[in-house]
Amino acid sequence: MSESLSEPVLKVEGLGKAVPSLSAGGGDGELVILADISLSIAAGESVAITGPSGSGKSTLLGLLAGLDDPCQGRVLLGGVDLGALGEDDRASLRAEKLGFVFQSFQLLPMLTALENVMLPLELAGRGDARRRAAEVLARVGLGERLQHTPLQLSGGEQQRVAIARAFAVGPSLLLADEPTGNLDPHTGERVIQLLFDLNREQGTTLVLVTHDRELAARCGRVLSLRDGRLVAAA
Amino acid sequence: MMRLALRLLRRDWRSGELRVLLAALLIAVTCVTAVAFFTDRIGQALGRQAGELLGADLRLLADHPLPPAWRARAAALGLRDAEFRAFRSMVMAGEAARLAEIKAAGPGYPLRGRLLTAPAPFAASRERAGPPPRGEAWVEPLLLQQLGLAVGDDIAVGEVSLRIGAVLSGEPDRSGAMFSIAPRLLMNLADLPASGLEQEGSRMQYALLLAGPAEAVARFRAAMRDRLGAGERMEGVRDARPEVRSALQRAQRFLGLAAVVGVVLACVAIAMAARRFARRHLDSCAVLRCLGARQGQINRLFLWQLSLLGLLAGAIGSLLGFAAQGVLAALLGPLFVVSLPPASPMPALMGLAVALGGLLGFALPPVMQLKSVPTLRVLRRELGGLRPASAGSYLLGLAALAALVAWQAGDMPLALSMIAGIAATALVLWLGATLLVRLLRRLPRRGQVAWRFGLANLSRRPAASVAQVMAFGLGLMVLLLLGVVRDDLLDAWAGRLPADAPNRFVINIQPDQLAGVQAFFRDTGLPEAEFHPMVRARLVAIEGKPVSAAGYRDERAQNLVEREFNLSWATQLQIDNKIVAGRWWQVDAQGQVADAAQFSVEEGIARTLGIGLGDRLSYDIAGQTVTAPVTSLRSVQWDSFRANFFVLSPPGLLQDYPASYITSFFLDPQRAARLDALVKRFPNLTVIDVSALMNQIRGIIERVVLAVEYVFLFTLAAGLTVLYAAIQSSLDERLRENAVLRALGTRRSRLWQSLASEFVTLGALAGLLAAALASVLGYVLSTQVLELEYTVNFWLWLLGPLLGGLGVGLAGLLGTRRVVSSPPLVVLRQG
Repeated sequence: MSESLSEPVLKVEGLGKAVPSLSAGGGDGELVILADISLSIAAGESVAITGPSGSGKSTLLGLLAGLDDPCQGRVLLGGVDLGALGEDDRASLRAEKLGFVFQSFQLLPMLTALENVMLPLELAGRGDARRRAAEVLARVGLGERLQHTPLQLSGGEQQRVAIARAFAVGPSLLLADEPTGNLDPHTGERVIQLLFDLNREQGTTLVLVTHDRELAARCGRVLSLRDGRLVAAA
Repeated sequence: MMRLALRLLRRDWRSGELRVLLAALLIAVTCVTAVAFFTDRIGQALGRQAGELLGADLRLLADHPLPPAWRARAAALGLRDAEFRAFRSMVMAGEAARLAEIKAAGPGYPLRGRLLTAPAPFAASRERAGPPPRGEAWVEPLLLQQLGLAVGDDIAVGEVSLRIGAVLSGEPDRSGAMFSIAPRLLMNLADLPASGLEQEGSRMQYALLLAGPAEAVARFRAAMRDRLGAGERMEGVRDARPEVRSALQRAQRFLGLAAVVGVVLACVAIAMAARRFARRHLDSCAVLRCLGARQGQINRLFLWQLSLLGLLAGAIGSLLGFAAQGVLAALLGPLFVVSLPPASPMPALMGLAVALGGLLGFALPPVMQLKSVPTLRVLRRELGGLRPASAGSYLLGLAALAALVAWQAGDMPLALSMIAGIAATALVLWLGATLLVRLLRRLPRRGQVAWRFGLANLSRRPAASVAQVMAFGLGLMVLLLLGVVRDDLLDAWAGRLPADAPNRFVINIQPDQLAGVQAFFRDTGLPEAEFHPMVRARLVAIEGKPVSAAGYRDERAQNLVEREFNLSWATQLQIDNKIVAGRWWQVDAQGQVADAAQFSVEEGIARTLGIGLGDRLSYDIAGQTVTAPVTSLRSVQWDSFRANFFVLSPPGLLQDYPASYITSFFLDPQRAARLDALVKRFPNLTVIDVSALMNQIRGIIERVVLAVEYVFLFTLAAGLTVLYAAIQSSLDERLRENAVLRALGTRRSRLWQSLASEFVTLGALAGLLAAALASVLGYVLSTQVLELEYTVNFWLWLLGPLLGGLGVGLAGLLGTRRVVSSPPLVVLRQG
């Protein structure tokens, strides 16, 4: 695969984020969470963002998805500057291009597995939501458990539903926040395998935040964060 | 989007808050529509087509025989006519005598509506084409029961004996129990002369019924409008039964406002449940936003959900209201009219409006906060909690409630005072509840662990505790007022009457019978009684200015002016009368009053009619005008049950006019049969049994109180939903806490004890507050309104906390049983 030739799916230029903090001195200081992050991710790449707790991994992921506004710099998603879009336009862009997998699964507890996967399809106005959702669930091995609610599923199963939900719309970029963080190693392994399989099948770009070294090692590229700065790009 | 909303609604149903929301809505809709359906039915009965309520299209009433010209004019216009006379008289069977409301009807009666009879009490009825044939009477079941008679027996009306041909089961122009004091006897007009009851001084109502083409009726009406004389009245379909109409209006307002109290509480529950609903959907909304939902979509999603819920609640609540109105109809319907038509579907619209209004006013504010949940919450749970509820966000809902109050009250001043009353009650309840909850916090923490835990829970959620104490305090207060204070007041009132207060009135004693009746009293050992003369007169002028009903706004004043009333003469002031202005007349050594031309007027009626000391009153007595100045105003203790009169004069002024006599006395109930002999000898006398009348009034009060209690049951139910909503709002927290406590080894029984102590205390506090408020209200009612001495009932203070503690304790434990019964692991896993 000739990654360098592809148009970058995601481009980040001089990104910085700080929050006001009450410093020990009593003055209104600023807590810098991210500083001067620039990176470019090409289509089909798989990238891991690693770093210790508090290094700004999750904040970066939130900024990449347009869930939060940076203090400096900009994020270009498929060439579109997220900072130039309003909340609703960003939401539409997410509906079209982004998939999400979270550490805590974030399934809607009152809906069945099938209905959870149907959600993004319905929000995108897809008429074949039910059929497509059932297909994807079958692909992740939950074809028999369509009518179960999250509470009736194990953690690994819930995360598979979340993965099905993320892939259902065929996103060009999939963001995952500690996808194995709440799972035991064996289950985590199966979930990771699924994530990479689908990534390959659909040609999706994968960006995941993790401090699982093994998981990071399976990605094409690893970005290391320390104190809000990129320290190495392997 | 609607499909998604529907699906979410269905799925959300599993979690409790929608159920509380729906329950609160259902209660609000049910209590409002129950009252609305019921008043709608009575309203319909009053507005029934074809003048069924009058038995005619037009009815002319007079207190004297009808001028023959009326019939002639009606006949000339092609109108059909019929005639009846109505009066009260004793009827007799063997030795027994009872009061009856007699109607002697001529051929053709009724012109509109259905006259129904049955062969035996409560047997199937059939419609009759006209009044009973000559020699026959149809009577209401109560009269048969009172006299121990059956169909086929004979009954004496005055001097004529009639055979009871049937049980009267339906009469178009008959009012309900509130407006009649005795059962009905229907007879043929042609039998009336033989009874000898139509005589000078008997209060008889003469009625002419007319029916025919609307245009002819209108022409007759227009022609007669200005020709009606004193004591003559014309009633069309629209103005029939003013007394029933105004009673209905009062009932409608009162029940409607009672229902509003339930609605207010339900709205509190709605707001609480909606807040929890919103809090539980914060995460879902963040996920939806993350999945690409726009703000507008989220808005629409929840608006659809709420609207669907509102429609559902409106529809089901209206059905429940329809079912619930049956109880009101059974309790109150007979007081107004004899038969009720089925309800129209209109009140259901009102139910729908209440449901949607409650939701949009009180559920929407917290739910609408969801649209602005920061999407970043998917990564950082602590972001974007609900903003605290502000009074401002509920402004719309409060305005809707105020509109509901105004609509139920019917007029602005009443609505404003009602709103002020609700606000003041809420304030007092809030102050009381806050004080109690504060005191609870100060309580030294001693005793058992479970007990300490329970109390700590109460003071840890002070806002919720205060809201719950308020809701229950209100519900319990109403129950205590209606259940305990009412009896206290009635007993205090009854206790003020001396044991030998007169319990029988005999009226209609003719002057030539006076000596005979007095002799009968002496001979049969009946108590010695005073006989007062009564002269029927109509007030025609005050200070030379003619009076007419149109000149008064007050309904009572209009009635007083329209009717003839009884004047009497006396030399001495009765002991239960007091002069409050002017002087009682001077009596000389021979027991004579030199200046006979003066009146003494009861102060209440003087105020109503605008009569002052020194005013010259002119009365029309049997066609002659008698004028004299008012030289004194009196206060009268009416509830002494002695014969008393609004207007008195010295003997000289009135004694040459036609009079009848009245007496009142106490009769040992065991000797009641002696009066039957009196009536047998003087059949024109009317004996009024005050204790029976009092029982009837008591019966009416019982029914009204039951109906009010019934409506306040909804208030109590609404209070319970507030409790549930409050329990629910703390349920997640409680589940987690108790799971941790149990994981740490706390026994379940101890958790139960802790919960029980929390809810029992809550209920007991509410009961305490309720007892205090009920005592204060009871005190105000008795001293200010009823002028009775009030003694605080010790039971209130026992019953209030007891009822509250037991009721709320039980409900609270039921509501939180999951907290104790869910396995800790399941709860902790859901984290």
